[in-house]
Amino acid sequence: MANKTVKIDVEYLTRVEGHGNIVIDVKEGKIDKCEFQVVESPRLFEGMLRGRSIFEAQHITSRICGICSCGHSLASIQAAEDALGVTPTEQTIKLRKLLLDYEFLDSHVLHVYLLAAPDVLGVPSFVPLVKTHNAVVRRALRMKKLCNDVCDILVGRHVHPISAIVGGFTKLPRPKDLDAMLEMLESMRDDMAETLALAKTLQFPDFYRETEYVGLVSDDEEYPLLMGDVGSTDGKRLGKKDYRQATNEFIDPRSSAKFAKWSRDSYLVGALARFNLNSDKLHPTAKAIAEELGLKPICHNPYLNTVAQVVEIVHCYEHAIDLIKDLKKNGINYDEEIVVGVNEQQKIPVRAGDGVGAVEVPRGILFHNYVTDSNGIIEQANCIIPTNQNIANIEYDMMKLLPEILDQTKEEITLKMEMLVRAYDPCISCSAHYLNVKFVE
Amino acid sequence: MERMLMKPKVAFFDFACCEGCQLQVANLGEALLDILGAIDVVEFREVMSEKWDKNYDVAIVEGSITDEHAEQRIRKIRDRSAVLIAYGSCATIGGVNGMKNSFVLDEIRQSVYGKDYQLFDSKKTRPIHQVVKVDYFINGCPVYHPEVIEVLKCALRGVPYAVPDNPVCSECKLNENVCMYDRGVACLGPWTKAGCNSWCINNGNICYGCRGMVTNPARNGANDIMARYDLNFDLIRNKFDMYNKCSEEDKNG
Repeated sequence: MANKTVKIDVEYLTRVEGHGNIVIDVKEGKIDKCEFQVVESPRLFEGMLRGRSIFEAQHITSRICGICSCGHSLASIQAAEDALGVTPTEQTIKLRKLLLDYEFLDSHVLHVYLLAAPDVLGVPSFVPLVKTHNAVVRRALRMKKLCNDVCDILVGRHVHPISAIVGGFTKLPRPKDLDAMLEMLESMRDDMAETLALAKTLQFPDFYRETEYVGLVSDDEEYPLLMGDVGSTDGKRLGKKDYRQATNEFIDPRSSAKFAKWSRDSYLVGALARFNLNSDKLHPTAKAIAEELGLKPICHNPYLNTVAQVVEIVHCYEHAIDLIKDLKKNGINYDEEIVVGVNEQQKIPVRAGDGVGAVEVPRGILFHNYVTDSNGIIEQANCIIPTNQNIANIEYDMMKLLPEILDQTKEEITLKMEMLVRAYDPCISCSAHYLNVKFVE
Repeated sequence: MERMLMKPKVAFFDFACCEGCQLQVANLGEALLDILGAIDVVEFREVMSEKWDKNYDVAIVEGSITDEHAEQRIRKIRDRSAVLIAYGSCATIGGVNGMKNSFVLDEIRQSVYGKDYQLFDSKKTRPIHQVVKVDYFINGCPVYHPEVIEVLKCALRGVPYAVPDNPVCSECKLNENVCMYDRGVACLGPWTKAGCNSWCINNGNICYGCRGMVTNPARNGANDIMARYDLNFDLIRNKFDMYNKCSEEDKNG
């Protein structure tokens, strides 16, 4: 279709978190514009954190995003503890890993069922599915609620967790809480099996673009989500303190949104990146599922990020169950329960510091960095969110995809582009530093 | 009469926020299907691709107003909506977005974006009622499920909902929590509107004031607390600024 003219302007892309636009302008077969714009109102979190106590940072930054608020809390706590020189106990680390498993389960179930599945099933949202696929919708809502409920038991609630703070937990799960969480997770086994059956039926567009994948890497045997170095499939590896060398945030004159790149012009973070980097460390059950679903590293089809999420659902599910069994066996030391972390009792010594947190959240690696004065007051804050890191890669994918599908109808092109962006599960509401994109027409 | 028999057309809108309060809707689980049986959701960008070009019976608005585009958009939504519900702390009191108002606007913009800060618009943070009329308020960061259901019932029946105007302490006492002041930590429970069943304190944290201040706090009681625990006013005010900075404009207005 050499002379084809297509103009697409999707204002407020739906079924993603936050506000993003897709703009495509093809004149007589020549691509003038193919962009993913972020139009979220800036909230200036990094600026607002200045002058606040480092013990308040996790409360504030978990409000960057409602959907990954547990992940933001954990990255924030890690950065604060790094700045203060606090080493968490083994029990605290286990409970944080459990919290992260819950976060992945909750978020991935939401994305796979409510946000991505409607595309594959050919409907505009899950609402029509209430009539046509009632059992599927009920299962999705049931699983979502269960993931949410176990999280409520652990930290008070999933949206903006309450009890996970700098130094540990203000409330530790009692034996009956551990039993309840285990029982609830076990009750989800049938729904897990159905989820895999559904996943096998999902068909994704055949598309390929080689890129760099970035995420946490470690030398131990565990699939790294909470701790590790920053690594890439291009063989690079850095300590988390050097995250700026990996993210290299820059402003492109073509768009005023900040981009990230490492070895190449762009990189991808998220479930697919983690799978490509660490698939050998997945829980054996998750490994088997990946094989069943035909997902192999290194996979270069971004649409299959959703499949990698299904694999991670299984991993986090089994890992969470193993963790709870371990906590039950070893017992919880309630002496570790701490008083809320605003630290008015000065239980944790404060000092001037510069701390970095690097944690995998459902959408990819998340960095928090705080510089504090000797009173523990934040002087500078930097948060680099996963979606921010993915923006450049999304655009390069769009630019490669567009010529391949230009012979299709405008509706088909729009849907494939929307699906592509949605496959990344972008969480634009985390837009700690996006700029409004402006064009010279 | 005909309209009474039809399911009300309900839409969700989001402005500057974390979208966690919208997520609380998805977190209702299968109970959501009961609600969907009683209403007709015509727009909900976070989970639906459908859009609606007619008027709304109920608009549920999340987030605060922080730029010119948002101000124009909320005015249009107000014009098209019979009932408007401000949903969550960002919408009802400005929420954490209000902390921005503690800074000189250009300075904080520059601190985050550097020299290119003027490329995008940013105004002083305002809760919805400081821009357009609000019919119902659902407070909290995030919103509390039982209250969401309660307010929705009232809104759909057309009866008013009175936001609790007693302090969080009144619920905290019933939950038999040890008072945070007795644990040596300042908590905003004495000054914050109840209605969340003292959610945070039940889980070992303090009240951060996310539901806004009671209209008539017990001043003598509060002064007693300040004196008894040797608190300075700045500490408490600093804590209040996390959620309630925008309320200063209410006093001026």
